[in-house]
Amino acid sequence: MQRTLVLPCLPFRLPMTSKQNIYTILSEVADPEVPAINVVELGVVRDVEFEGDQVQVVLTPTYSGCPAMKIIRDRILDALHRHGYEKASTRTVLSPAWTTDWISDDARRKLKAYGISPPGRTSEVGLLGEKTIACPLCSSEDTELRSEFGSTPCKALRYCNACCQPFEHFKCL
Amino acid sequence: MRNAETKSELSSRSQQDLFDYLLRLGDDRLVLGHRLSQWCGHGPILEEDLALTNISLDLIGQAKFLLELAGEVEGKNRSADDLAYLREAIDFRCLKLVEQPIGDYAYTIARQFLFDVYDYYQMEQLCDSKFEKLSAIAAKAVKEARYHLRHSRQWVLRLGDGTQESHRRIQTAFDEVWMYTGEMFEADDLEDRLLEEGLAADLRTIRTSWAALVHQTLVEATLTAPSDEQYMQSGSRKGFHSEYLGHVLSELQILPRSYPGAKW
Repeated sequence: MQRTLVLPCLPFRLPMTSKQNIYTILSEVADPEVPAINVVELGVVRDVEFEGDQVQVVLTPTYSGCPAMKIIRDRILDALHRHGYEKASTRTVLSPAWTTDWISDDARRKLKAYGISPPGRTSEVGLLGEKTIACPLCSSEDTELRSEFGSTPCKALRYCNACCQPFEHFKCL
Repeated sequence: MRNAETKSELSSRSQQDLFDYLLRLGDDRLVLGHRLSQWCGHGPILEEDLALTNISLDLIGQAKFLLELAGEVEGKNRSADDLAYLREAIDFRCLKLVEQPIGDYAYTIARQFLFDVYDYYQMEQLCDSKFEKLSAIAAKAVKEARYHLRHSRQWVLRLGDGTQESHRRIQTAFDEVWMYTGEMFEADDLEDRLLEEGLAADLRTIRTSWAALVHQTLVEATLTAPSDEQYMQSGSRKGFHSEYLGHVLSELQILPRSYPGAKW
């Protein structure tokens, strides 16, 4: 007689609700200002919390006045709704303060490939700024600051003396 | 008192003090942020247009957090928007320094530099405030203040040590704005009480650090520091303002006052 293997019958959706699963969904949400990286890689997603069937994403702003935070929140909720998390919400925390050290190595490579020089490590930066910043186009370290402020709060404007091209630098914060 | 997290842990005296203190911090940044936003589309060069408005965004963002917290401490259900848009000038606690019109670019930079140094040392100290929600805001703001300071300091050096005309303009700007610097350091009983509880920053030590960095920068920029012995304005923290605050508020508040609850 052949034995039948009986699998335990699980509720249809429950096993999908893991932190990992939510992070996977959030990884589809691009940073609206630097679309080369997603919001998880940017480091603004600090945690994911569950209460019953509700999901709450804990966010921290990059800069106090970053105008993209609302769009990031809206897009995160959109993505979660699309994946069936109807009761998703977000919560903002300020502490610990966001730092570019939370941007992953992988994301740094993506930034460089996108033409933005990635931030240095905060531990290596003095009060007067980062020591050497390489051009994302030709990798020369002969670059100079044009303006501390670029097209978004998180970037500075630099110029490469080797390939004579301006480029944006993700500020170390 | 240790790690006061919520208003319930504060005595009612401290609660009132703290509310007022948070208005001082928030209003400085709200009004200066508004002033800087007036450069949008009018910067002397594109990079500076971006820089000044970026700094404006940071300051208004910080003001939002600080006023939100003020509303929470007050416990009367007032939001950051309520406090920004629905208070009268006499209830504002900002310095006259930040109220003054933007003037020319040299004036904007001179005022900004004097405020940035103050801002940086103030926020640095507030990172250690025992009021955790305030120290969280400060920990974020101090990083931004460092950038603002780097920017304005560079421009003071460039304008001071630049052409004859740029030197003349920035020196004139410092001479004109100097009388508004005294009240940055006017410590009253309220701040002393908060300082004793470990909640506020110590204006006396800030003054020492401020004076050192300001003087060092002015010397480097071949400028002359105006005398502290001259007439100094006072009373902003008690609600005595220049006429310019009213002008700022009329612009800032007209929409929410004309269309209460307006949304877009």
